[in-house]
Amino acid sequence: MDIIPSLANGFAVAAQPMNLLVAFIGCFVGTVIGALPGIGPVNGIAILIPLAFSLDLSPVSALILLTSVYYGSMFGGRIASILLNIPGDSSAVVTCIDGFPMAKKGRAADALAISAISSFFGGTLATVGLTVLAPSLAMAAIHFGPREYFALYVMAIIIVGGIATGNPAKTLVAGLLGLVIGTVGIDPATGIPRFTFGAYELYEGIDFVIVAIGLFAISEFLIYIEQRRTGPVEQVPVGRRTTALRRLTYPATSLRASLLGFVIGVLPGAGATLASFMGYALEKRVSDKENTFGKGDPRGVAAPEAADNAAAGGSLVPMLTLGVPGSGTTAIMLGMLVTLNVQPGPLLFQQQPDIVWGLVAALYVSNIILLILNIPLVGIFAKLLSVPPHYLMPGVVTVSFLGVYSVNQNSFDLLMMVGFGVFGYLLRKMSIPLVPVVLGIILGTPMEQSLRRALAASGGDVWTLFQSPLALGLHAVTAIIVAIAILRESRRRIGEAAATRGA
Amino acid sequence: MKITAGRRELAAGMLGLAGLALARPASAFVGPRPECIAPSAPGGGWDFTCRTVGRLMQELKVVEQPVQVSNMPGAVGAVAYANVTGRRNSDNNLFVATSTVGLTQIAQRRYPGDVDRVRWLAMLGADTGVILVRADSRFKTLGDFLDALKSDPTSVVTGGSSSLGGYDHLRLLLLAQKAGIASADLKKFRWIHYDGGGPAVTQMLGGHVEVVSTDLAEIAGFVEAGQIRVLGTMSEARLAGSFANIPTAREQGFDVVGLNWRGFYTGGRVSDEHYNAMVAGLKRVYDSDGWKEAARRSGLQPIWRSGPEFERFVANMVTELRSLSQEIGIIS
Repeated sequence: MDIIPSLANGFAVAAQPMNLLVAFIGCFVGTVIGALPGIGPVNGIAILIPLAFSLDLSPVSALILLTSVYYGSMFGGRIASILLNIPGDSSAVVTCIDGFPMAKKGRAADALAISAISSFFGGTLATVGLTVLAPSLAMAAIHFGPREYFALYVMAIIIVGGIATGNPAKTLVAGLLGLVIGTVGIDPATGIPRFTFGAYELYEGIDFVIVAIGLFAISEFLIYIEQRRTGPVEQVPVGRRTTALRRLTYPATSLRASLLGFVIGVLPGAGATLASFMGYALEKRVSDKENTFGKGDPRGVAAPEAADNAAAGGSLVPMLTLGVPGSGTTAIMLGMLVTLNVQPGPLLFQQQPDIVWGLVAALYVSNIILLILNIPLVGIFAKLLSVPPHYLMPGVVTVSFLGVYSVNQNSFDLLMMVGFGVFGYLLRKMSIPLVPVVLGIILGTPMEQSLRRALAASGGDVWTLFQSPLALGLHAVTAIIVAIAILRESRRRIGEAAATRGA
Repeated sequence: MKITAGRRELAAGMLGLAGLALARPASAFVGPRPECIAPSAPGGGWDFTCRTVGRLMQELKVVEQPVQVSNMPGAVGAVAYANVTGRRNSDNNLFVATSTVGLTQIAQRRYPGDVDRVRWLAMLGADTGVILVRADSRFKTLGDFLDALKSDPTSVVTGGSSSLGGYDHLRLLLLAQKAGIASADLKKFRWIHYDGGGPAVTQMLGGHVEVVSTDLAEIAGFVEAGQIRVLGTMSEARLAGSFANIPTAREQGFDVVGLNWRGFYTGGRVSDEHYNAMVAGLKRVYDSDGWKEAARRSGLQPIWRSGPEFERFVANMVTELRSLSQEIGIIS
């Protein structure tokens, strides 16, 4: 497939006034969503999906809206990190390390500008990577049958589960909870309802939007109610930008971090959070000669920003070509695509080239829009944070209810959402991470179905799963990843034990 | 859940009252507020049926008010069926989109009640069942394929866009029955379910499934591109246009018609007068050029059956699918 003409067609799609408008709105809304403390890209996209439906957008416009919201919230997520030391989402945690010290020194606007520029760098580089690599990945993927898909989903669940948080046991519990929730509804293989308890509302399964909004947004609200007693959040004055933009670009840092971030993003399941941590870790190792990292070093802001935006773009590669999400956010987008009758996967590039190339072109456009939008509007976005939480949080809850109701126009869904909110609150109290729950739901169903398909083809013979070189290779990679994780963990424990003895 | 049910009841009751209060002479197509229930989410097949027919009704002035399309997804149409039979059984404002998929559910007793709980209005078109192989397949005719299954029912991996016991699966089994394969062997067939005809065919191109049973419309592009071969269509006669050279199952000696038709039912207690008016209204839609065009674009063959003929057709289909489902152990 020729990339240039396809991309040119893509730009023709992306440049349609409707799609440009959608991209602009998506970028703006995404930035705002990202900037609001506690609402990250996952929640943002989850909340906006119903909006995409109610606006009756074409699949390509809906996709552009969501990706631009995704990119926008990746941009915006940093704002709260830098100004308030509150990460807008999990991948923005690292940005706090050097961003907040910069803000305290009165360089908040500089930090925001650095964040915008390096995000643009990372996002653009990832989009170039997506343009060049995705078609070849798509060509290779027709060889993926049920066995290979099963191996891939096992690998994805292992990788995502392994890096989600520190405690592997709790991550496992969370993932298993997700798998259980995912089995509710009519079994696609036999048409027989499972775990529905005779309630027709459960026959089509529990919509992941309901779970995601319940777990993230509603539980966030409950946590906020609980924390209100601890007093108001400290406000940091937003200074004016003092340095020329040119001096706020860190090309070497951005390039290193972007490359790393893209590779991590392409690996199914690794995602932006890991990329931002690794980008920061790499940059610190390379550049921290004078021990300035952690005290407001601009490169400590640039590196994770470039890395996680590159990863965001990279994670679209497996999502589009293999139908496997690379992060929590793309997991939600994947569900969205399927709902829109766009079947991501090996043949997406052949079957729906308009959608894919339109999207890729829209990514370039979104990146540019975001840069233009962010640099001058830094001060205004920061002002959004001055909305007191006792106005903000009820607004979030209202949007959540509207969003969930608009999916099926069914009040049963609202009850379920509230139920999942309480459930999410309890999980948080037990420090059980929420992302693996959502991933379990989203990855569990296709994993089970590919297993069922493989076994149906073999007449129930389990060894069929290992009788394909490709599947065997994937299983081997999974085994190596697990082995390395175990090895590293045991080494760390030995090291800790030694340190304790030494002290 | 109880709260939900209560509210629905209330809403339905209020609609019913409104219907009574504004009752008009039955010469109109339906009551004053024509409503088409699509038992699927927006964008699904039933949603398309409702919206297309609703739009044409308004264009043809069959109705005075625009047809309101209500989406009532749930349990492959069972939610809508329960709602209509339970609360709106005599509502002459209402018609509900359905298809072979819904009928298979009724045959397998997954709806609350049997076919006689509602009145079957008409079918307006149908997608055609096809049996597909890769262009380089060892099977050249339906006979080749069914012979292979006859000598060893586990020797061919088959698949389609429905679950085990869904219509794609059942109509393949109907063919196998005509080939003289015993019920005990039908159960041994290897069947892979896919989310649609497109994914099934792409998996077939990758060599992961050998024979696919599905509807023609979604995969017509693959046939036209020459990547796959149609062993037989399950239509009453050969199709028109570029598919005219494909033999039917019937002419190959396997007399099975497997149409995925689209049509409507209404409440079981709607009067004959209103029922006939609705059928007449649908006939006007069927006869229009607009419907022919809409059907062509979505790959449907325009086929008309209505009234008692359609009710018999539905009843026979349910009987056939139910006894087959019992034979292969899908239901008891």
